[in-house]
Amino acid sequence: MDVQHDEVGIEQGVALPKTPTGIDGLDALTFGGLPTGRPTLMCGSAGCGKTLFGMTFLVNGARRFGEPGVFMSFEERARDLSVNVASLGYDVDALVAAGKLVVDHVHIERAEIEHSGEYDLEGLFVRLNHAIDSVGAKRVVLDTIEALFAGLEDTAILRAELRRLFAWLKDKGVTAIITGERGEGQLTRYGIEEYVSDCVLLLDNRVIDQVTTRRLRVVKYRGSAHGTNEYPFLIDGEGISVLPITSAGLAHPVSHEAVSTGVPGLDAMLGIKGFFRGSSILLSGLAGTGKSTFGAAFVDAACRRGERCLFFAFEESPGQIVRNMDSVGIKLRTHLDSGLLQFEAARPSLYGFEMHLARMNRDIERFKPSVVVVDPISAFRGPSMEIHATLIRLADILKSQGITTMFTSLSTANDQMSEGERSVSSLMDTWISLSDMEANGERNRVLYLLKSRGMNHSKQLREYRLTDHGVEMIDAYVGPHGVLTGTARVVQEARERDADLARQQAVERRRRELARKRAAIEREVAEKMSLLEAEEQEIATMLEQDEAREQSITDDRVRMARLRGDST
Amino acid sequence: MSVGITSEGLTEDGSYNLRLYVAGQTPKSLLAIANLKKLCEEHLAGRYHIEVVDLLVTPQLAAGDQIVALPTLIRTLPPPLKRVIGDLSDTEKVLVGLDIRRRDLN
Repeated sequence: MDVQHDEVGIEQGVALPKTPTGIDGLDALTFGGLPTGRPTLMCGSAGCGKTLFGMTFLVNGARRFGEPGVFMSFEERARDLSVNVASLGYDVDALVAAGKLVVDHVHIERAEIEHSGEYDLEGLFVRLNHAIDSVGAKRVVLDTIEALFAGLEDTAILRAELRRLFAWLKDKGVTAIITGERGEGQLTRYGIEEYVSDCVLLLDNRVIDQVTTRRLRVVKYRGSAHGTNEYPFLIDGEGISVLPITSAGLAHPVSHEAVSTGVPGLDAMLGIKGFFRGSSILLSGLAGTGKSTFGAAFVDAACRRGERCLFFAFEESPGQIVRNMDSVGIKLRTHLDSGLLQFEAARPSLYGFEMHLARMNRDIERFKPSVVVVDPISAFRGPSMEIHATLIRLADILKSQGITTMFTSLSTANDQMSEGERSVSSLMDTWISLSDMEANGERNRVLYLLKSRGMNHSKQLREYRLTDHGVEMIDAYVGPHGVLTGTARVVQEARERDADLARQQAVERRRRELARKRAAIEREVAEKMSLLEAEEQEIATMLEQDEAREQSITDDRVRMARLRGDST
Repeated sequence: MSVGITSEGLTEDGSYNLRLYVAGQTPKSLLAIANLKKLCEEHLAGRYHIEVVDLLVTPQLAAGDQIVALPTLIRTLPPPLKRVIGDLSDTEKVLVGLDIRRRDLN
């Protein structure tokens, strides 16, 4: 934005001085605000928020920019006006008392006035001049000056006088907003755009499919570049905000940092142990597959890291989400209490897409989260083109601010992509699909990564369970007929366990048998050895007896010989 | 209000309190003043009171009487408040606007 602003300035040489309106987005798309010291025409049909726009311009001027203002109302009385804008949090009476604002109600009742001869609107000039000088006003709103046409005859005089009035406002150097009722075939009912042509804003309040969307368009802005599209804007208790221009270029900041998914098993499936910071993640799945739980786990992990998280809930109330997540062991309450987590809940049908977008954008600007969860995008129903445009802009806004975002989407059965999914799938960096596998009379939850840009990731189907301590990934069990889940997996596991046991028992048995065999053989050997030993002993005894006998024989022979020899 | 009127005796004798708003001594202002004086002399001789307010001198008075167009003639008394805008050159319209014509007819 700033870059573009600079370019405009260079092209023009001297940039047109501008007066900021203080309305988020409007100053951005007009590159600074309304032309200073010139009147701006703001037209739109009844109920478009012209008066509120005008009052916001003045209140912001008085409060934030130190520029007092004059509100000249031709329709609402000062009292009604201050009550009406109190709903936006504007304390008009206090500003009036502080001398920062003058509210003058100009009332003309045609029936009460008789015309006689020529007149001019000098009275109006005097009043306006007096009001401007009394507070030193820099900003003026005339709402709706065309009411004069209804109150006074002789439009020729009126037209001449209005022309003079706008010239006079310029001379006076005040930045003015002149509101006008939308007319048939022209911008305003009485064609006053002829006189106020420096800057023309068009407000619109369109109803499509029973949903209203307010839009703003800068029709012309003399001497300045401006956004040319229709931009949605929002009026609520926080004032007015206009959705800024979508960044046309894909120049998002890129991060290499990994952000944990909050589910350890899922982190492991992603090549970098998490999502890239600032990336967009789509989590699609059937009803009851735990999309919100994954979202909550992601938020929980971010809050534990001390990051700010914004949770847009379109189907459940914050209280309900907190309660439900308690049941899976994700304590969001503590993060809410610490202020790191904020819920923004609204029914999708409450506003049109554009309004939602404007609201979300404003919430993001205010809260400055680093993690956002949108749960779910499928809640938006309507023409696919509009959903697409809305989601693209949302994804763009988030990406340009480096916010890691998880979008959940409810898919219908039969793997058919919902409108929302189809339109955003190409914008998403990571797409996780959650689904049910039905087998053996039960449903089991499985997860797989359809894509994850810029990282290697698991291609496996993984079963997961929602336990009382969060999401638990279970190791994949691939059987002959695909991935086994639930009881089928349990049965398979049991079967394998049995086989294991049987194998172990067989080994055991053989080992015992071998031992027994060894014992038997050893016993046999021992037996034979003892027999052998007995035999050996016997033989030894016999040998001894033999030797003894031989000795005695020898002894006898010697004795006999001696006896013989003595005789010889 | 009505008490004030009777005590001052302005309505009982049918007198008129008229206030003419102008801005400066423009030809239009002067013409309106002259027209008003002439008209009053002709139709309300002796029972009128004219107050000329120059908004260039006292601009703060413009808002109170809801002045937009100039010159504006306001009949402050008798009630109700009546207003005529323009230089008062069309005497008939002024007389109708101030409810003088009808009263004369009565």
